[in-house]
Amino acid sequence: MSKMTLKTEGDTHIIVSRRFAAPPEAVYRAHTEPELIQKWLLGPEGWTMPVCINEAKPGGKFRYEWTNAKGGGFYITGEFLELKPYSRIVHVERMHLPDTTPDNHVETRFDEDGTGTLMTMRMTLPDTQTRKTMLASGMEQGMEASYLRLEKMI
Amino acid sequence: MNNLDVAFSALADPTRRAILARLAQGEATVNELAEPFEMTQPAISQHLKVLEDAGLIVRRVDGTKRPRRLAKAGIEAMDQWLAMLRKALEHNYDRLDEVLAGMEKHQKGKKR
Repeated sequence: MSKMTLKTEGDTHIIVSRRFAAPPEAVYRAHTEPELIQKWLLGPEGWTMPVCINEAKPGGKFRYEWTNAKGGGFYITGEFLELKPYSRIVHVERMHLPDTTPDNHVETRFDEDGTGTLMTMRMTLPDTQTRKTMLASGMEQGMEASYLRLEKMI
Repeated sequence: MNNLDVAFSALADPTRRAILARLAQGEATVNELAEPFEMTQPAISQHLKVLEDAGLIVRRVDGTKRPRRLAKAGIEAMDQWLAMLRKALEHNYDRLDEVLAGMEKHQKGKKR
């Protein structure tokens, strides 16, 4: 299993890639079927996704809502532009924190890689400032987890 | 408190993180920093003081203006944020590995 890579490209792209020890069909399904998505798309420990609506068809909408035990929460809405089972998904999404962030255009590819899958997610933000702000605000959940670790250390 | 604790508590506030993200674009005055937020200038100044005391930003004197920019520690703090986003994503994908392993087992079970 290779580690995930996350890098920026040009002024507006963020590229995440990761290998999985399962065929593209399984990885694709885990990205489109609500009962599977709710098991893993959760961020740091302590967060759950009580609402997961996903109409995986071109023009279909999705809505994911996250919450933690402290009463924190936010949600993402989006629309699917293209779906090619089990190799490619193109969608647009934005976060509601509750202020709405600018649209993030995301292409996710699932390529066969030996007996597994290479997943590549290419995000395109409207401008470089949006990308910076997204990377910064997206850290909030990560920060939360590290505060807990810090509390344990002290 | 050591420096790490000060930096962490300075970063605890989303407005202060947004200010750092703005300063990563380059130097800015208090007015320029206050603009994107629905906040008074004194409120922004208070946040700037916290960031300054934590050593994350520095100020320069330019006539009557006091433009702020990121200090080296501020740049490192931004890098740390990126590392933490990475960690949250990695956590997701580690869980996905388990979900995929479970799906495979289920499939094999069905075939039997």
